[in-house]
Amino acid sequence: MTATRVRKRARPNAMLVTGLVGLTALFVLAVVAPWIWGDRADELGPSVHLGSSGEHWLGTDALGRDLFARTLVATRLTLELAALATAIASIAGTVLGTLIWVSGPRVRAVGLRVVDVMISYPAVILALTIAAILDPGPKACVIAIGVAGCPSFARLTANLAASVAGRDFVATARLLGVPSLRLMRRHILPNIAEPLLVLVSVSFAHSLMALSGLSFLGLGVQLPDYDWGQLLSTGLQSLYTNPAEAVGPAVAIVLAGLSAGFVGDGLAARAASTSGNSAAVKPGSRKASASAPVATGTDHSVPDDAVLVVSDLRVRRPDGTALVDGVTFHIGAAEIVGVVGESGSGKSLTAMAAARLLPGGLRAEAHALELRNPGAEPLALAAPGRDGAAVRRRLATEIGIVYQDPSASFNPALRLGGQLTETLRVHLGVSRREARERAVEQLEFVRIVDPEARLRAYPHELSGGMRQRAMIASALLTRPRLIIADEPTTALDVTVQAEVLALLRAANRRDGTAMLFISHDIGVVTDLCDRVLVMYAGRLVEELTAAELRDGHARHPYTKALLAATPRLEPDGEADGKLDAETGDGLLAAIPGRPPQPDERPAGCAFADRCAAVLPVCRDTPPPVRVLAPGRTVACHLPETGAPVPVQAGPKAGRHDAAVEAVG
Amino acid sequence: MNTTPTGTARSAPERNAVETAEPAEVLRAEGVTVAFGRGARRKTVLHGVDLSLRQGHTVGLVGESGSGKSTLAKVIVGLVRPVSGHVALDGEDVTGPRGRAATLALRRRVQLVPQDPYASLNPRMTVGEAIAEAIDPRRGGLARHRAAVEARLAQVALDPEAADRYPAQFSGGQRQRIAIARALAVEPEVVIADEVTSALDSSVQAEVLNLLTGLRRSLSLTMLFISHDLAVVRHVSDEVAVLRHGRLVEHGPCAEVFGAPREPYTKVLLASVPGRGGSA
Amino acid sequence: MAVLDEAPPWLGFAARRLGGVLLVLTALVVITFAIVQLMPGDPARVAAGANATPDQITRMRHDLGLDRSVPAQFVDYVGNLLHGDLGRSFHTQENVADIVADRLPYTAELALLGIVVILVVAIPLGMLVAVLCQNGRRRRLDGAFTFVTGFVGSTPEYVLGTLLVYVVGIKLGWLPVAGAATVDALVLPVVAISLGPVCTIARIVRRETAVVLGQDYFRTARGRRLPARRLYLRHALPNLLTSTLTLAGLLLAGLLGGTVIAESVFAWPGLGTRVVEAITQRDLPVVQGVVLVLGSLACLINLLIDVVLGLLDPRTLSGKAAGS
Repeated sequence: MTATRVRKRARPNAMLVTGLVGLTALFVLAVVAPWIWGDRADELGPSVHLGSSGEHWLGTDALGRDLFARTLVATRLTLELAALATAIASIAGTVLGTLIWVSGPRVRAVGLRVVDVMISYPAVILALTIAAILDPGPKACVIAIGVAGCPSFARLTANLAASVAGRDFVATARLLGVPSLRLMRRHILPNIAEPLLVLVSVSFAHSLMALSGLSFLGLGVQLPDYDWGQLLSTGLQSLYTNPAEAVGPAVAIVLAGLSAGFVGDGLAARAASTSGNSAAVKPGSRKASASAPVATGTDHSVPDDAVLVVSDLRVRRPDGTALVDGVTFHIGAAEIVGVVGESGSGKSLTAMAAARLLPGGLRAEAHALELRNPGAEPLALAAPGRDGAAVRRRLATEIGIVYQDPSASFNPALRLGGQLTETLRVHLGVSRREARERAVEQLEFVRIVDPEARLRAYPHELSGGMRQRAMIASALLTRPRLIIADEPTTALDVTVQAEVLALLRAANRRDGTAMLFISHDIGVVTDLCDRVLVMYAGRLVEELTAAELRDGHARHPYTKALLAATPRLEPDGEADGKLDAETGDGLLAAIPGRPPQPDERPAGCAFADRCAAVLPVCRDTPPPVRVLAPGRTVACHLPETGAPVPVQAGPKAGRHDAAVEAVG
Repeated sequence: MNTTPTGTARSAPERNAVETAEPAEVLRAEGVTVAFGRGARRKTVLHGVDLSLRQGHTVGLVGESGSGKSTLAKVIVGLVRPVSGHVALDGEDVTGPRGRAATLALRRRVQLVPQDPYASLNPRMTVGEAIAEAIDPRRGGLARHRAAVEARLAQVALDPEAADRYPAQFSGGQRQRIAIARALAVEPEVVIADEVTSALDSSVQAEVLNLLTGLRRSLSLTMLFISHDLAVVRHVSDEVAVLRHGRLVEHGPCAEVFGAPREPYTKVLLASVPGRGGSA
Repeated sequence: MAVLDEAPPWLGFAARRLGGVLLVLTALVVITFAIVQLMPGDPARVAAGANATPDQITRMRHDLGLDRSVPAQFVDYVGNLLHGDLGRSFHTQENVADIVADRLPYTAELALLGIVVILVVAIPLGMLVAVLCQNGRRRRLDGAFTFVTGFVGSTPEYVLGTLLVYVVGIKLGWLPVAGAATVDALVLPVVAISLGPVCTIARIVRRETAVVLGQDYFRTARGRRLPARRLYLRHALPNLLTSTLTLAGLLLAGLLGGTVIAESVFAWPGLGTRVVEAITQRDLPVVQGVVLVLGSLACLINLLIDVVLGLLDPRTLSGKAAGS
């Protein structure tokens, strides 16, 4: 069952197939060759050291024996020995590894260390030692190569068993009381079999080469027996007179090693492609999604002081599927604009497109996507091609970026100081000393104690919250016009999150920095932002002020559903009735279904299938983007969403700073 | 659901309102202290934590990362042995040394739903096999337990056909429901839910929370619900316990702790929750 | 993080590594000692030669100390080692220490040059291909790279050596194919032993570079809009070096094995040709001495790699997993 499932998903793996075909051919040859060519291979001929000819394709050796036949016949012994050595290595190694893993933690630590040391010891030298103890010959070599291969299997088994056994499903099975034998058979073995198989094929290739090498040295197979290595060694001696003699065994060794290597690589590639969560990504279906119409021409109410202007932004995969599909908004000077949405809504891609940092393979196209600066030309952020030095400098200094995962976003191999001051030094030519001074100043601003010492520290020496504050300091260093923060608090604890939000707010106050703030948490966005954009399935469904969101004036069914699905701290509190998350029976208003995949988005409203108030028109006509007021839009067919907005004070009037400042 | 409350019958004889009655205590952790590492690296993760769970109640356990929430869960299910203190199930000590069979039998009475729905299901076993294994860990097979498996799937609102599919074919929310179905298949006395919704989007989280709410009612589930999200805890739990640096700093009914927190740390925690309209 | 309050991290690092080195050296001494003990038959008979009388054999046994108890022999063996005495060849009666001193420079020259060539070629090559082919661009180049490196990588050094001898040495006559008389005689052996590992390591570097290019911290660096050279050299190289060296370290130590074999192809006067000769002649003291020295050399290479790793990645010092 597993196999069919895998086959359906994985592309036919050319490497694996080639390798398997090669190995199969070799094994067939190993079985039949001595029967068919056995006599011919030992038949002494009159003509010695013959070159390639029609009768003797690879010529003859010193006794006039046909070398083509000899090469084919040698397949059996060569493969037998390699298989034997591999068997010794894999069986003994796996048993050793299991023993190491099963024994207690202290024995395990020592055992793994010893295995590590053994692995680092060259196999050929070990083989020489063993060949010296026993008489030189195939037996000594097989044992030597087998023993030399043991540690790799032992280590892999121990590590795999430990990693699989550490996974939740094994712990859960233990709690269920699954007996250990069954646990091994049903839970652990199936999950470690694949990498072990990869190692078996790799180890087979290595054994074959090492054994042939020992035979080549004259320590392995002894005459009158012969394997490829032995043939090659004989061929080398007459290389001057008859080079054809070396060709057969050389080609055979390479082909066999290559086939086994291909099987290993192919298996590894297949394991990598199936172990991931690839089922979620559906193949094919290149239905070019009908793009939503542009909220035509009228760049609705972009103020003159806008810092970022985004108009009809689309982010496409190489196959043309739009992941972000026609997003239009702007950020005014000193304004904080939040983008909320669930995973897959395109919010992070929107942010990365605005930062001109889209992941490879994705491309942004837009009616307008530019960073405006009163003192200079607007900086186009969706322009194709490479950026010149001047553009790069503006990008680096005018946009500051705060990333989601502070523990992964600093380079672990470099000290913090170098990373923080890099932009200043590279783009603004600031001296090392001054750059450090400025970095210290910013670190002080984000309330990092003893900033000089922190600059000398490596990222892993800081706590998560401290790293994120350092990241903010880094973003602020060039006094950028715009800060783009992509889920900057998602990986943090609530109290640390509150601190970080307060810092962002303070930076916005101090420098008047505009901000694009991405989050999945509607509460965070409401607290920090002036204006909020709600995204769903790559499109903007609603734009409203944070105050309106807080007071329950969301119009779009998705926004309302999202609010209703989010549990709140004060279920029966003084909040507006409409916003109350509880529906009376203690249940949240869950949204049925799931967002459509990017390549399966319908022609109409992407939310139609999950919408409680869906109209027939929703399914096939894209919803119109209705501008209700400056900074207040909604994309919905429902008539009531288009009702006039009660006159309110400007977007900034409803701002409540208290929440953020209460904690700082 | 299958408990026989042998515990002290302190409950009021006539209990008309559930709130006022005192249900029997099912699980009690006393003075649980846990330390990892040796020598200079020794680190105490839990300091003498006391916690009790009463029949049909859900206790929410909140705290920040590193506060020891998950360790406490592991102690309760027996994955981590405490340095001192003990955990009792229906008055029976489950942390002390005992025979293997007895340990297993005890362990099955407490079931854990782990955090990561992608790691908690064996990718190479069908959902049906996984649940069948929970029903009978020794000989369980989908063929033998088909009816029971489908009943469990129905309980978490999944189709019977789900039994024949592999975990990779389900979304995160569905997987979490499968994990819950598997835990319930054991008919445990206590369910430990460890951050079961933190990997999920809010709309999916709502589904899972609703499922838990429904199950709490229909099965009168006793649950320890661990989460870093205070709003979620408030939504699911009857009581809440606050952990900080391995110490239980506050424990009481939800309304009390959230309404009038006594501990300064609880206050800070509550004030930090975003989206509260500016009141702190 | 928790290590900050303890002894300086490099102390633990050094202790662990030194422990490893001592372990290997001890094991080496025990193993080489065991060569004589474990061999089937009588070493004294081998040492005395084929035509020896029983008397001569008995005397030889006494001379070699083989008539004493095993522990006493071991103590002797270790004591002699500490004095730099590796015994005498059964065949030529030469001092083994002299043989080693004579031959080691050739082998070390070959192996170290090989390592330098491998690192200097494989790392830029792998990085270049990874950078050129990132995000699925230039699929054909990627395919060609994978195929060629797979092909050459699975060609053993003695086959490569034979091929080089034939093509470059015999057909073209450009370079000497045997001996170590001139400097250009180094070229073919070095190419032969390093070509395979170059391919294997270039593939590792290509894969690891792709991993690094996809990391969050690399995106951060891209966000600083650094010039390409600085971006790749400063932000990708150290990180991919750690993971590459961790994986490739074994290959580099294993290079000694390849050297031993390649020496035979090129009649290189190093330890390899000598030890093969000694094994076929059952000249045990020479085998013991050479195995001991080669093993120590492998150990030294491993130690060097570990130290480089420690310098590159501060996390390895504190015993945390590197490169993941």
